[in-house]
Amino acid sequence: MSDLLYSEVEEDLRASVRDLLTDRAGFTSVLARTESAEPYDLKLWRTLAADLGLAGLAVPEEMGGQGASYREVAVVLEELGRSVAPVPFLGSAVLATAALLAAGDTELLPRLAGGELIGALAVPLTTAPDAGFPDGVSANTEGALSGSVRTVADASVADVLIVPAVGPDGPGLYAVEKAGATVTEVVSLDLTRRLADVSFDNASSRLLTGPSGAEPALRQALLVGAGLLASEQVGVAQWCLDETVAYLKQRYQFGRPVGSFQALKHRLADLYLEIVSARATARYAADTLATGDSDVPVAVAVAQSTCSAVALHTAEESVQLHGGIGMTWEHPAHLYLKRAKSSELALGTPGRHRAALAGLVNLPPA
Amino acid sequence: MSTLTADDLRARVGELLAAHPPASTDRLEFLRARFDAGLAWVHYPAGLGGLDAPRELQNVVEAELAKAGAPDNNPRRIGIGLGMAAPTILRFGTEEQKQRYLRPLWTGEEVWCQLFSEPGAGSDLAALGTRAVRDGDEWVVNGQKVWTSVAHIARFAILVTRTNPDVPKHQGMTYFICDMTDPGVEVRPLRQLTGEAEFNEVFLSGVRIPDANRLGAVGEGWKVAQTTLMNERVAIGGNAIPREGGLIGMVSQTWRDRPELRTPELHDRLLKLWVQAEAARLAGTRLRQQLAVGAPGPEGSAMKLAFANLQQALTGLEIELSGEDGLRYDDWTLRRPEKVDMLGRGPGYRYLRAKGNSIEGGTSEVLRNIISERVLGLPSEPRVDKDVAWKDLPR
Repeated sequence: MSDLLYSEVEEDLRASVRDLLTDRAGFTSVLARTESAEPYDLKLWRTLAADLGLAGLAVPEEMGGQGASYREVAVVLEELGRSVAPVPFLGSAVLATAALLAAGDTELLPRLAGGELIGALAVPLTTAPDAGFPDGVSANTEGALSGSVRTVADASVADVLIVPAVGPDGPGLYAVEKAGATVTEVVSLDLTRRLADVSFDNASSRLLTGPSGAEPALRQALLVGAGLLASEQVGVAQWCLDETVAYLKQRYQFGRPVGSFQALKHRLADLYLEIVSARATARYAADTLATGDSDVPVAVAVAQSTCSAVALHTAEESVQLHGGIGMTWEHPAHLYLKRAKSSELALGTPGRHRAALAGLVNLPPA
Repeated sequence: MSTLTADDLRARVGELLAAHPPASTDRLEFLRARFDAGLAWVHYPAGLGGLDAPRELQNVVEAELAKAGAPDNNPRRIGIGLGMAAPTILRFGTEEQKQRYLRPLWTGEEVWCQLFSEPGAGSDLAALGTRAVRDGDEWVVNGQKVWTSVAHIARFAILVTRTNPDVPKHQGMTYFICDMTDPGVEVRPLRQLTGEAEFNEVFLSGVRIPDANRLGAVGEGWKVAQTTLMNERVAIGGNAIPREGGLIGMVSQTWRDRPELRTPELHDRLLKLWVQAEAARLAGTRLRQQLAVGAPGPEGSAMKLAFANLQQALTGLEIELSGEDGLRYDDWTLRRPEKVDMLGRGPGYRYLRAKGNSIEGGTSEVLRNIISERVLGLPSEPRVDKDVAWKDLPR
């Protein structure tokens, strides 16, 4: 059985990431940034990506990474979920990097892994791992791309886009530099993870992998993304629970701390119970991804359907149990609710993952 | 703690098997020899069925013995003795009590039951009113207990009584070992909604218990009972279950075998429960991994609650999935089973019996209080009974 605990190394990594985020991604600065001209904190990103080496955590050392595994990446995502830090980690360090790894690229990978370049995977963030190869972008015989993709995560700060496109010979994964694409930022529900529509008009590109490799590489990137997003969702849920518990201890109504009312305590106990389960599924997904276990598709479907729902339920309860203050812009709860609801849709909804699971574990539909 | 290794234990199991070949040894004789070899519960002290070894090495012993086809000690039938009486006797018993009770308890020669709950004291156990009054070297006990599993086959009981009604309820209790064959102990079957009488009512009328059968000090019964209850909740499945282990496997198989019963709505619910069961399985695995490295997390208190939720939802789904068979029941005959046989009975029984999962061994409501107060650190509800003498409490 997989090791579902956190190793000492992982706990050390967590501590250093949390320290940095506490210092540099406090709520007021995160909130202020959402309304500024620079919603992403690229200085923080450089510290995380390059100085701490987190952009290439799971990338082998010979390709410019740290040679750790997806277990460690998952721990970083838990912390990023706790702080909803506005950095392009999911788009660049997870999705684009996993696609490049799976495509066997050796040119761009070291530059992404080193934090020198930011990447984005040009698919709608809602794409599920089993969605099939997208056909919105096509490549001509010279490898020039045309077409468009909506709702791409982290694209507005990306230096390079990893684009699934259908060429004359079939599906391919292509790399396009920022200058070759038109990136239009859209107004995102999630204030701390930005989305953009991307279009290409005869954009010059470089083929990363052709018909034989493109589909499995894209699927692998999406599996990695969905499986690790579960850990970010655990981080979101844990923050919401911790904050709500703390608030209910100090908020007095009817002459007693609100947290002493059984009607509320039971709801918090249920959230705790949900997070215990969610954490176990997220750890299992991270561990199977780290070891390349054949159970990856089941582990990802279980983790994603569980953690999406748990993060959302915890965030919704957090707003409710904070009462009036939970409805305000000043209190951080809304940032977590927006992240939780957006990531419920990201990389496959819970229902979509359960449908995939039905096929994987032989529980056919009616 | 000793420095025994897994290999040391394998060697000891080898010696036991050589001296008492399972094929040619009487079952009880083998179990007694196993106890005497310290291989019953390896984390117990030497001389009391153990070797002072780390608890997780028990798995090594179980695996070796299973491989050799050795008889087991039928733990489900004697679950109360193993899970609750034994750890309490070990912690609070005198040397004499430990020597007298632990061995036949472990081998199953003597079955134990638990005389805790009363008609007026369930979740609020400390409100109990069964009186024990001292009379020389003996105590005279009068009262009524309820929900007592296996009382009809039990030789001994762990019993909590009220010995001082003039102090607040938590302070005036005393804990005893009760001989179920003593005059004045009457066990009556209590028929449940499943039709069977798995539980009993136990009436105690002038039962005389020697002071030597007291566990812990007079008035310290609540402290002793806490040890029992903590062990009760920790005694969750010690073994790792495979994916689709238990009820979810049964329901999934029905789904595969009976396509004519499928509907989109049932499919949706089945998949949700499949995910929930898998998540609970992984959380249980994670808990065991924490225990094995000596870092028990607070997750333990959540597992029983999760289990109850899951079992109830699953058994409800199973009946709907049974089509017209869901309207039938396997057997309403009054039976007095020695253990709960969830998988051996029909869907209707499973559905009805699972309703007890959120009540027995601490209701889900009490467990939520425990999680919110002891794990999350939320304040308790104001207590109206804390400083009031038991005799003055409204009831």
